[in-house]
Amino acid sequence: MGSQMLRFWLLLSLVSSSLAISAGSKVEAYTINGRVKIPGVAAKGFGLPAKVSNAKVLLNGGQQVTFLKPDGYFSFHNVPAGTHLIEVAAVGYFFSPVRVDVSARNPGKVQAALTENRRGLSELVLEPLRDEQYYEIREPFNVMSLVKSPMGLMVGFMLIVMFLMPKLVENMDPEEIKRAQEEMRSQGVPSIANLLPGAARNN
Amino acid sequence: MAISRVFTLLLLLFTVFNLSHSLYEDQVGLMDWHQQYIGKVKQAVFQTQKAGRKRVIVATEENVVASLDLRRGEIFWRKVLGAKDAVDEIALALGKYVITLSSEGSVLRAWNLPDGLLVWESILTGSESSKSLLVVPETLKVGKDSVILVYSCGSLHAVSSIDGEVIWSKDLAAEGILVQQLIYNDENDLVYAVGFDGESKFHLYQINAKNGELLKHNSAAYPGGFSGEMLLVTNDRLVTLDSSRATVVAVEIREEKIVFEPTQVSDLLQDVSGTAILLPAKLAGIFAVKVNAVILFVKVTNDGKLELVDKLDHTVAVSDALSFSEGQQAFALVQHEGSKIDLTIKLNNDWSSNLLKESINMDQDRGVVQKMFINNYIRTDRSYGFRALLVMEDHSLLLVQQGEIVWSREDSLASVVDVTTSELPIEKDGVSVAKVEHSLFEWLQGHLLKLKGTLMLATPDDIVAIQKMRLQSSEKSKMTRDHNGFRKLLIVLTRAGKVFALHTGDGRIIWSQLLHALRKSGSCESPSGLKLLHWQVPHHHAMDENPSLLVTGRCGVTSDSPGVLSIIDAYSGKEVKSFGSIHSILQVIPLPYTDSKERRLHLVIDDVKRGHLYPQTPEAVEIFKSEFTNIYWYSVEENNGILRGHAVKSNCVLDVADEYCFETRDLWSVVFPSETEKIITTVTRKLNEVVHTQAKVIADEDVMFKYISKNLLFVATVSPKATGEIGSVTPEESCLVVYLIDTITGRILHRMTHHGSQGPVHAVLSENWVVYHYFNLRAHRYEMSVIEIYDQSRADNKDVLKLVFGKHNLTSPVSSYSRPDVVTKSQSYFFTHSVKTIAVTSTAKGITSRQLLVGTIGDQVLALDKRFLDPRRSINPTAAEKEEGIIPLTDSLPILPQSYVTHALKVENLRGIEVIPAKLESTTLIFAYGVDLFFTRLAPSRTYDSLTEDFSYALLLITIVALVVAIFVTWILSERKELQEKWR
Repeated sequence: MGSQMLRFWLLLSLVSSSLAISAGSKVEAYTINGRVKIPGVAAKGFGLPAKVSNAKVLLNGGQQVTFLKPDGYFSFHNVPAGTHLIEVAAVGYFFSPVRVDVSARNPGKVQAALTENRRGLSELVLEPLRDEQYYEIREPFNVMSLVKSPMGLMVGFMLIVMFLMPKLVENMDPEEIKRAQEEMRSQGVPSIANLLPGAARNN
Repeated sequence: MAISRVFTLLLLLFTVFNLSHSLYEDQVGLMDWHQQYIGKVKQAVFQTQKAGRKRVIVATEENVVASLDLRRGEIFWRKVLGAKDAVDEIALALGKYVITLSSEGSVLRAWNLPDGLLVWESILTGSESSKSLLVVPETLKVGKDSVILVYSCGSLHAVSSIDGEVIWSKDLAAEGILVQQLIYNDENDLVYAVGFDGESKFHLYQINAKNGELLKHNSAAYPGGFSGEMLLVTNDRLVTLDSSRATVVAVEIREEKIVFEPTQVSDLLQDVSGTAILLPAKLAGIFAVKVNAVILFVKVTNDGKLELVDKLDHTVAVSDALSFSEGQQAFALVQHEGSKIDLTIKLNNDWSSNLLKESINMDQDRGVVQKMFINNYIRTDRSYGFRALLVMEDHSLLLVQQGEIVWSREDSLASVVDVTTSELPIEKDGVSVAKVEHSLFEWLQGHLLKLKGTLMLATPDDIVAIQKMRLQSSEKSKMTRDHNGFRKLLIVLTRAGKVFALHTGDGRIIWSQLLHALRKSGSCESPSGLKLLHWQVPHHHAMDENPSLLVTGRCGVTSDSPGVLSIIDAYSGKEVKSFGSIHSILQVIPLPYTDSKERRLHLVIDDVKRGHLYPQTPEAVEIFKSEFTNIYWYSVEENNGILRGHAVKSNCVLDVADEYCFETRDLWSVVFPSETEKIITTVTRKLNEVVHTQAKVIADEDVMFKYISKNLLFVATVSPKATGEIGSVTPEESCLVVYLIDTITGRILHRMTHHGSQGPVHAVLSENWVVYHYFNLRAHRYEMSVIEIYDQSRADNKDVLKLVFGKHNLTSPVSSYSRPDVVTKSQSYFFTHSVKTIAVTSTAKGITSRQLLVGTIGDQVLALDKRFLDPRRSINPTAAEKEEGIIPLTDSLPILPQSYVTHALKVENLRGIEVIPAKLESTTLIFAYGVDLFFTRLAPSRTYDSLTEDFSYALLLITIVALVVAIFVTWILSERKELQEKWR
C-alpha cells in the first residue's frame, strides 16, 4: 500500500537563500516561509481571531520560535539545509507537525509533508486537522438521567414494591400464600448461616 | 477486514472515551488555579501620552515582552519568545508599535501596541556579534523613508518602520570598529556612530540616515587605551574609561577634531581609588561612576571640566533621564533607609535641590532596588508628578506614585527552580477557623440551589450565585490539614533566591522569604539556589515542632564553587539556620534515616568526592556509622561518558579533624565509548514513590512479578553527531541507545538500540517501567517507547492466594548483589508533539492506575493513560486480554483534547511538572511551572473513593424523605387493608 501511494512532494513554496558568513566559514542558510490558515476564519478576510493571536510556530522542537503576522504568514530565517520539523502551537486547534526538507542541491526548493497522515503539501500552508474542544459538553437535563441516578433507582424500586407487589400478591392463589407462610414459619428465622453452602452441608 | 478495523476503531474510541479525564467548562477554577507572570524586568517603556489606557511595556529576563496596565499591574498582553531569543532592546515607534530587538540583535520585530499582534519581523545579518543598539527617532513619521536605526552584528541597519524592510546596511565591523553609541540628529537627519578600534583609537562616523552614505570619518588615538564602556553626556561630549579603569576620559567632539580630557578618579574624590565602572544610566550633563562601594555623580561643565556633585553608597539606584517639559530633564534616585526607601527626583542641571522627595515603606523582604524607570504625569493642579517602576532584588516589580506602592507583582515566581510540599498544621481545638463553617440552614440552602442548577430550573442569577459559591468555597483555602490531603503548602524556590509558600487551594502566597544565604554578598558573588529538600518532617516524636526545609545553593556558576545551605521553617518561612560559603555541593543525598528530632540525615557530596553529613550532631554520626555499609550512590559524568558507583569509606583525614566528613570510594564504573555514545539523559525513580503490589495478574490467570528496585537508573545515549538539533544529522549517522542499570552494582540489566533516532530524550521511570520520548529520524516523527521489566526468579511462585495474604515464600531473598533474572518487554508508538517534560501521577498507596503527564511543546499538560503504553498491546487482543483492559494496538498514541489537564490554558515556557499524592488514594495533585504556574488535582481512575463535586446532597435528602414518607403511607395502607380483611 505504502509503495503504491503517490507521494506528492510538490516543490512550490518559495525559499530565498541567502549567504551568511559566520565565524569565517560560509554556511548556507535558507529561509522558510509559510502560512497558517484557519478555515472559517480566513473566509472573513484579514485578521486572525484573538484565539489564534497567541499561536506560535516552532522549528525543530523549539530551536526557533516565531509568531504569526495578522495575515497568518510566518518565516524562519538562517535555517541550514536538511530535514526539519515545524510545529504550530495554537490553543483550540490540532495541527499536524510538518516535515520540511530544505535542499542544498536545489536551492530555493522546499518539500513539505504532514507527519500525521503523510500528506504532501503543495505549498507551506498549514491548516488545523481539527478543532480541539477541551471541555465536556454538559448534557441538557432530561428525566431519564434523573431516573438512572442511584436515587432515582431507589425511588423506582420502592414504587415497584409499593404498587406492583400488592398486585402480584392479589393475583396469587390464597391457598398458596397460606402454604408459603406456613413453610416460612416452620423454618424459623432465616439466618445467614443457613445461606452459606458449608452450613447447609452440616444440616 | 475493513469492517473489523472499523469495529476495533469504534471499540477503541469507546475505551478511549472512558479513559479521558474530562472537565465541564463551568468546573474551571474549581480545583485548579492558574497564575501568569512575566519574570524579572530588564527594560520598560511607558505609554502614557495618549488618552486611553495607560500602559507600560516591559521586556524581561524570561524573554517575555508584555504590556501591563499601569493602574493595576495586570497583563494586557504578553508574548513569550523562544529560549534563545533574549530581548536586548525595546522601544515604542509611531505611538502604535512596540519594537523589540532580540537574539543578540539579529531579530527586529514590531508588535501592535493595543493587542500585541506581530506586525512585521526583520532579520538583521552581520559579520560578527557586537553590542546591540536601537534608536527610534522621536520625530518618526508614518512613511516609508522614516527609519529605525539598529546597530547589531557589527553592522548599522536602517529599517523601515512601516514594514520592517532593511533600507540600507553598513558593515562597520569589517573595518575593525566596535560601535558603542549611536546618536541620531533629527534636524539634519544624520547618524553619528562612535566606537573604538582595538583599544586605543576612537572613531566617529557621520552617516546620512536617508541612504547610509558615509559623510565623514574622524578618528583619534588616546595613549592610555579604552576599557570599552562609553556614555553620552551631552550632545557633543562623551565619557569613557581608560584601560586601567582609573581615569575618566571626557571626549569632546568639535567641528573637525576629537579632544580628550582625562581626569583621574582620585582627583574627583581624594580617598577613593580602585577600578571604576560607568553606570549605564543615561543622565544628561551628569554621569555616574561606581568605584568600590561608592557611586560618584560627576557633572560635565560647559567647558568640559568634570566636577563631583555627590557621592552615595552603592545600594542606590538611578533611572535614566526623562524630559518632561520644554527642555527640562529629570531623573530619579532611590536610597535605602532602614525599612523605607527614599525616592528623589532631581533636575539634571540642578543637583542641590529636589523636584520631589518621597519616602516609601518597603518590605525588607524585597531586598534592594536594582532598576528604576520613571515616567511623568500632569497632576490636576497642572504641576508635574512622577511615577517610578522599581525592579527589586527579589525580581518583584512595583509601581510607586505619590509615596505609595500602587501595585506590586511577584515576578520571581516566573523562574521556579525547585518545588516541594509541606503539610499544613493539624486542626486543633481552640484553633479558630472562623468564617468557614456555615450553619446547617445555609448549607442546605446552598445545596438546594445546586439542585436547582442540576434540574435546570435555576435563573441566570442563581447560576451566577452557584458559580460564585463553588469557586469561593472556603473549604479549600483553609489553613489547616484536611481529611483528603488536598490542602498543602507548595514550597517554591526561585532563581532570585526567594522562597515562597503557596496554598494549594487558591494559589495565594502564605509567606515569602528572600533567603539571606542566597543574597549577593562580598563572599558570595553570584549565588543561585539549587534544590529544596525536606529537612524535618515531624510526625511521631517531635509533633510540636514545625516542619522545616533544607535549601541548597552555590555561590558561583561552576560546580566547584562554594556551597550554601539554609534551613527554613515551613510554616513561617523564617531562616532557622544557614551555612554560608562551605564546601562545594555536587550532590545531596537524603538518607532514609532520621534522628530523634525527626530530622532527616543528608549526605552532601563535594567536588573532591568527600561526603559531608548533615545535621552535624553526634547523634547523626552515630546513626550514620551504624548504617555505614548500606549507603551507596552513583554519579554521572556526562562530559566523559562515565557512570560511577560510590560508597562511604572512612572519616576524612584532614588537618583539622572533622567527624562529619567522610572519604568515599568508587565501587564500579560504566564507561560509554566516547566516539559512539554520549550521555544525554539519566532518570531514576522518585524516592517517595509507593508501589502497591509486585505481582501483576495477567489475562490467563497467570502472574508476572514486576522487577521493582529503587536503584534502577535509565540512561540514554546518542551518537556524538546527533546531539544537535533535528535536521542536523541524517538517520544513518544517528543512533539512540537506552540502558537500564542497577546503581548498586553497576550491572546493565537491559540495553536497547533505536537506529536512526536522536534526542532530546525525555523519560520517566516508575514502578517497573520506563517511558521515554525521542525523535525517529526515519519516520521523521516523535516516538514514545515503553520498557517494562519483570522478575523471572519468582516466576514459579504463583500461588495467588498466598500472594494476596502476603505469605508467599520468597525462595531468593531480595538483594542487590544477587544476579537478577529479568525479562523485559517493550513497544514503541508515534507521538505527535514535541515534549518539554514528562511526569507520572503518583498516589498515596499506589493502587490507582497511573497516567503520564506530558508537557507538550504548546505548553499544555496532557494526561495519557499508562494503558496506552503497555508492551502487551497487540492488534487483536484476545477476549481475556480485552477483559483485562488491554487496548488494541495502534501506531500512534491518541491525543484527546479532553485529557489536557491544563484544559484551555497554557503554562507558558513550561519547565517542570511536580506530582504530589493526596491522602485520598484516587487523587494526585499536579503543579506545573514555567513562566506561569498551574495547579490542579487529577483522579486517573476517576474519584472512586469519594463523591464528586456535583453530588447533590439535596437530592439524596429528598429521596430519603420520600422513602420515609412512602414507608408510612404503605404501613397505613397495609393496616387499613388488614382491617378490611378482618372485617370481611
